[in-house]
Amino acid sequence: MPNVKFTPNLKRFYPDLDTGQFNGENVAELLDNINQKYSGIKDYIVDEQGELRKHVNIFIGNEMVKDKIKLTDHLSDDDEVYILQALSGG
Amino acid sequence: MKSRKLLLGTRKGLVVYKESSGGWKFDLLAFRGLPVSLTMVDDRNNIWWACLDHGHWGCKLHKSMDEGKTWLELTTPKFPEGEEVKDGVPAAVKYLWALSHGGVDNAGKIWLGTEPGGLFESTDDGASFKLNRGLWDQPSRKDQWFGGGRDYAGIHSILVDPRNSDHIYVGISAAGVFETVDGGKNWEVRNKGLKADFLPDPDAEVGQDPHLLVSCASNPDVLWQQNHCGIFRSIDGAKTWEEVSEKEGPAKFGFAVAVDDNNADVAWVVPAVKDEMRVPVDNALCVCRTDDGGKTWKDLREGLPQEHCFDIIYRHAMVHDNETVAFGTTTGNVYLSHNRGDNWEVLSHHLAAVYSVEFTQGSI
Repeated sequence: MPNVKFTPNLKRFYPDLDTGQFNGENVAELLDNINQKYSGIKDYIVDEQGELRKHVNIFIGNEMVKDKIKLTDHLSDDDEVYILQALSGG
Repeated sequence: MKSRKLLLGTRKGLVVYKESSGGWKFDLLAFRGLPVSLTMVDDRNNIWWACLDHGHWGCKLHKSMDEGKTWLELTTPKFPEGEEVKDGVPAAVKYLWALSHGGVDNAGKIWLGTEPGGLFESTDDGASFKLNRGLWDQPSRKDQWFGGGRDYAGIHSILVDPRNSDHIYVGISAAGVFETVDGGKNWEVRNKGLKADFLPDPDAEVGQDPHLLVSCASNPDVLWQQNHCGIFRSIDGAKTWEEVSEKEGPAKFGFAVAVDDNNADVAWVVPAVKDEMRVPVDNALCVCRTDDGGKTWKDLREGLPQEHCFDIIYRHAMVHDNETVAFGTTTGNVYLSHNRGDNWEVLSHHLAAVYSVEFTQGSI
């Protein structure tokens, strides 16, 4: 299963959030499974149409996901996935 | 002990002040560092509501049962899968911009307006929301509504008639005023008399830009709006509008408007320069009040900065409560008047940009 690491800024809303392994053939499935454990967290990462929020980034290894609309990027069992916030604002 | 509270939704959190014998004092801060776009105190049950606009994580809706000490995050309203703002543009909530309870005879009913222009309805005190199909399917929406200051048209004003909770007005930038008399099943355009000088046809039925729509609590057939193109008033339940901007004077363009609860002829606005720049008129902060339904306006400047001033007052950032008027500004200033604006005092010079201001009669 891919290993998922989260920006620590999400811990403000999910204090128990921690690095962990989640199932998923692609990023969209992965988020659904993360949401099973951390109810509602998917809404922080994507909008109601499933599109990655404008100021959120997801990396697979060192590569930013290519499909930010449907999140169809394929995942392998040994992938490291990073869910990060983009730099913005002040 | 009961005492008034002032809720300030700011770019960096919800700040609450409380009135005591010694004046207004800081009471609490919630959502530290997070933008609070709007609050609503439901006067049926004293539930506090807060709309958040996270820079990264989207819009969130919270409510508090203990006057802001603790908050519960609710599921944010969502557009149904497949809905589009325009052909090819998926509809997703960008901003929570209007809140109202659904009337004293509708326990648990909440109305919520968003950008893009969705009106959402809850019948279970926010546990769930559904899109109001009547307004979303209004024939003008896809082709004649457009963004005014935001990317897409948004609902910033919801007025539920205190005499009949099936009778509701909404204000939309930019589309105009819409009215329903059957609880939201059908909506009619109510823009007659408004002028949109930014359109080829200023009298266009749809495409008007009310910045805020308010009604008089004791006389709900009288409505006021601070419009992009002036100040307008209706005395016939929005069937017709009449411009009441000041001909020679600053009261014309702005965002906020407040109307006296007990006298529909009394209203306040805060003028700004229109399209070419957004600054106070002559860089001097001035509130204008009319006591005669907009026939004449009085400049109220006592206690407000009269030079080198850049404060703009957003649409939800001015309110009145009996003799008290309060407003917050984009530069983090908050002013209070205890004599309907004749004199002003500073509540704070040090807040973040103020998005919303609301009085409530606290009980804690």
